[in-house]
Amino acid sequence: MIKTLAKSIREYRKDAVLTPLFMVGEVSMECIIPLVMASLIDHMSSENMTDLLRYGAILLCMALFSLFCGIMSGRFAASASAGFAANLRHDIFYRVQDFSFSDVDRFSTSSLITRMTTDVTNVQMSFMMIIRTAVRSPLMLIFSVIMSFRINPGVAVVFLAVVPVLGLGLYLIASHAFPIFKRIFKRYDAMNNSVQENVNGIRVVKSFVREGYETERFEKTSGEVKKDFRFVERILALNGPLMMFCGYGAMLFICYIGARIIISSGATEMTPGQLSSFMTYAIQILMSMMMLSMIVVTCAISFESAKRIVEVLNTQSTLKSPENGISDVKDGSIDFDNVSVRYNGQSGRDALKDIDLHIESGKTIGIIGSTGSSKTTLIQLIPRLYDTTAGTVRVGGKDVREYDLDALRKQISVVLQKNVLFSGTVKDNIRWGREDATDQEIEQVCRIACAHEFITQMPEGYNSKIERGGTNVSGGQKQRLCIARALIAKPRVLILDDSTSAVDTKTDAMIRKGLKEYLPGTTKIIIAQRVASVQDADEIIVMDNGSIAERGSHQSLIALRGIYYEVWESQTHMKEEA
Amino acid sequence: MSGPRNRMQLDRKGGLKPQINKGTFKRILGYVWREYKKQMLLVTFCIIAGSLASLVATVSLRRLIDNVIVPGLNTGLQGVWHDLTGILITMAAFFAAAIIANLIRGLTMAEVTQGTLMHLRNDMFSKMETLPIKYFDVNQHGEIMSTYTNDTDSVRELVGRCIPSLIESALSIISVFAMMLVYSVWLTLAVVIGLFFIVRLSASVAGKSGKYMAGQQRSLAAEEGFVEEMMEGQRVVKVFCHQDRAKEDFDRLNAQLCSDGTRATRFGNILGPINNNMGNILYVLIALLGTLLVYFNVTNIGLGGMGTISTGIIVSFLSMSKSMTQVIGNLSMQVNMFTMGLAGASRIFTLIDQENEQDRGYVTLVNVEHDSEGNIVESPKQTGEWAFRHPHTADGSVTYTPLRGDIYMEHVDFGYTEEKQVLFDMSLYAKPGQKIAFVGATGAGKTTITNLLNRFYDIADGKIRYDGINITKIKKPDLRRSLGIVLQDVNLFTGTVLENIRYGRLDATDEQCIAAAKLANADSFISRLPEGYNTVLRGNGSSLSQGQRQLISIARAAVANPPVLIMDEATSSIDTRTEAIVQKGMDNLMKGRTVFVIAHRLSTIRNSNAIMVLDHGRIIERGTHEQLLELKGTYWQLYTGAFELS
Repeated sequence: MIKTLAKSIREYRKDAVLTPLFMVGEVSMECIIPLVMASLIDHMSSENMTDLLRYGAILLCMALFSLFCGIMSGRFAASASAGFAANLRHDIFYRVQDFSFSDVDRFSTSSLITRMTTDVTNVQMSFMMIIRTAVRSPLMLIFSVIMSFRINPGVAVVFLAVVPVLGLGLYLIASHAFPIFKRIFKRYDAMNNSVQENVNGIRVVKSFVREGYETERFEKTSGEVKKDFRFVERILALNGPLMMFCGYGAMLFICYIGARIIISSGATEMTPGQLSSFMTYAIQILMSMMMLSMIVVTCAISFESAKRIVEVLNTQSTLKSPENGISDVKDGSIDFDNVSVRYNGQSGRDALKDIDLHIESGKTIGIIGSTGSSKTTLIQLIPRLYDTTAGTVRVGGKDVREYDLDALRKQISVVLQKNVLFSGTVKDNIRWGREDATDQEIEQVCRIACAHEFITQMPEGYNSKIERGGTNVSGGQKQRLCIARALIAKPRVLILDDSTSAVDTKTDAMIRKGLKEYLPGTTKIIIAQRVASVQDADEIIVMDNGSIAERGSHQSLIALRGIYYEVWESQTHMKEEA
Repeated sequence: MSGPRNRMQLDRKGGLKPQINKGTFKRILGYVWREYKKQMLLVTFCIIAGSLASLVATVSLRRLIDNVIVPGLNTGLQGVWHDLTGILITMAAFFAAAIIANLIRGLTMAEVTQGTLMHLRNDMFSKMETLPIKYFDVNQHGEIMSTYTNDTDSVRELVGRCIPSLIESALSIISVFAMMLVYSVWLTLAVVIGLFFIVRLSASVAGKSGKYMAGQQRSLAAEEGFVEEMMEGQRVVKVFCHQDRAKEDFDRLNAQLCSDGTRATRFGNILGPINNNMGNILYVLIALLGTLLVYFNVTNIGLGGMGTISTGIIVSFLSMSKSMTQVIGNLSMQVNMFTMGLAGASRIFTLIDQENEQDRGYVTLVNVEHDSEGNIVESPKQTGEWAFRHPHTADGSVTYTPLRGDIYMEHVDFGYTEEKQVLFDMSLYAKPGQKIAFVGATGAGKTTITNLLNRFYDIADGKIRYDGINITKIKKPDLRRSLGIVLQDVNLFTGTVLENIRYGRLDATDEQCIAAAKLANADSFISRLPEGYNTVLRGNGSSLSQGQRQLISIARAAVANPPVLIMDEATSSIDTRTEAIVQKGMDNLMKGRTVFVIAHRLSTIRNSNAIMVLDHGRIIERGTHEQLLELKGTYWQLYTGAFELS
């Protein structure tokens, strides 16, 4: 895991290495300064001012050097951690861009977003902590212990006694608090979830007059959350007294032993100044222990985040564009040769079973079928959004796996069922289909998609802003813009996956007529719920449960009296009656 | 735990600064104080005890050196043994007290912090439940949510860490300062001058850090927005081979975030070393000054009296000045946390200060029964019969109007804002048991009508009557209880299927809930769920299909059994078979009730008693299906497919 993450440090390696180096400088100064201070104190009482001044000057220089190192280390730490985080985000984003559809399915959209934001921030925090404090604290600890031993090993032994006590105490606290933390956050999430449900469902709450009921329920949950958090905070609150116990205990011991040694040796083995620096070391050792325990906590929290990031970084796209793939799609003919698709490897059921289908270039094909009949799965194989489990899909006579992926997709336009527009102008959105499209071309496709009229009615026409997700246009308008966006590419194959469900039947018919005229040579595949949308296609395919149940022209399918007939009848029923 | 990503408010110019309302700090203190007087006093006492102990440690060290070690060098250990143990025992006692104080402080603060958060959350939530629908329409749901998460988090830091450490710092500054004065006025003066420069310096660094922090938040928000959009549209990105463009745009935003992030952390990082080493420098200067005072034998003035400066005094002084700089350093490190906390508290209080939904109704819905003479009388029992209880202030009499479901709207005008009217002179009449349908394009005002019936919004002009009573006179909860509603966007709550159905009437038995599910045509799919009616639904029933969720919401309305029903049909495309099942459930529910249907498919409303065709807030056609077809107007055009509905 660490190896994978470390790859993202790259150009910030220098900064990441310099941070602890300067930190060594700062820490050594911090450790030596009390020593010099002790000498300074010892020279204070002497009549010789020059010594004092000399020590003062040394101290000043040391403080300045320590300041310099500290600032440098802080700066490098900042650039290293921010840079590392930027690289991580970069790597995740690039990786996701190369994902196949099934990879995107595997990670949900919201989890990918969390990974790129919260998780990266967590890892960034720990990274900075590691390059700064993980060097600082142990160094401090070791320095302080060594120094105190140099002053007087007999007194310094007390630290060796304190360290295990403290370590054990911290370990006990942490090991008790952590499992509870995990449980608590679940409850905390549940509480926030109920807030979310109330915010989103406020109309339901108010319609059923459940304000009091919800408040009561919420107060119960929030009371439980409070109790849980209070409990865990109280466990963590033992930290302070433990530290103090060890620290004060050590101080008492040092005072006692120190005083005895100084007096009995006549201040030869130890001086009063050294006694006070001993105190300083005691505090320093405590501090570094505290910092170390904090590092452990932070790293433990971000461990989960790091795991989630690595999971993305280690995902190899299940779809690879072949090297030197074919870049030109000859024509719009499509062949499915005994194609089967199974999700989730071997265990799942077949989404598509043994499909054999051959479509001539330039034809219009209608596909109809109930939810779950795998219509969408079928057409997503054509631009190789997924790979087949068995069998081959050929476009223009060549296996789709032989094409360069971008080249193939550029010549097969799909209007997805769950389609989105992006923030930007209407024009920007249409140009997604082809970046160098002229204004005239854009207008032309918008006319064909019956979008021109409402676009010109928008305040700024083609330069009107579309909000993120296309929330400021209606469902029918959104669908028409998405169709226009697909048309601008002048593809060999055009696939409309239930793309006119919110468009009225008359406009729907006009769009289909326009398509015929604008893209005569393009193979058109239309998935729809409405029979009217597909009935004039060259061939209609009725999907049921992953296989082709019926196929043929409108007339022949009506004559068949099967599923198609049933759907057709239920939809035309009311008209006949009227 | 989204601590580091604390949110800041974007102001109109795109500038970013934490919005802190006046008096927020006082108010949050008051909040803590109101609930936890005793605890806060206890904590303050513990803090005093703690500071006292650390003070004693410094004093004791001086006494140890001056009174024990120095004389001990002459007299030997025996001579000072008594003093030595005396000092050590005093120290030990104070230390023990400090440890206990710290323990009590930690345990108490856990209660104070979490308790305050709980009270804040409860106040927010119960307030939120009483807010008018308008609040939820105007404010983004994400914003409301983050008041509960991010803002509450930052208040936890404020209450749990900033407030105690403010108290602690203030106390230790005061006490150390007092001690210093006792020892030596001259040296104190020097420390004060030195501290003045340190404070100035670290304030300016902390200020810079805050400024860049805001910049970092801004570019973080920009990048997150971009990432969200691209992740949500990831399939479209791939279909159009837009990956390279997306990468380019991302890199630009990422570089910006990186440089802002670097600057923001840099100032945070260097604050520590600066404070630390300035403290060291001050230490040296004080030492030199002290020695000079000793050297030139300057008369020391202290509150403790006049005399000469001893080495012990200087040693103690040095450690006091060190702890002073440490306090200042800690404070400056907390400036950002403090600002964030106050900004969070401001937003929480803004929510709590919102105005409640107003209700001046006095007509209530009560259970009734018929007495021997056939008069309607109020009954304390569940009779299954309801009536509006209407007290008349003029003569003090009370009349009972049986609940029938008769709706009358006359000349209603309405606009969500004063500038833009959306309904014009709307009049309609629905007798009990009738079905009224609304059709029209998006924005024609269909949903608005239903918002008015249950008084989610109040009308500007005109009247709406329910069983002859002006609905403004009816208490809102009672009015809403008499209206059932099935919305197009189904909202289910975390809990079992059964609990979700029971939401309609909390005292419904299991049998009644299952009967309602059967009526709604939902029983067959529910019994096929892994745990049947006890299957737990999460995330708004995300494990169910759109159609199934609708069936549950129909069952929920069925169990409430209201005389009037508002049904907003779903717009999303469900396949023909499921649609037929949902339709059958709706038909069952509508039997015998007054129903308002907002139609997105014409097939479902042909049997309505009246169809209202809306356009830009006006009824342009009304009549039965046959009448409207004969008219050959808008309805006819819709019917033949010349206009789109949704």
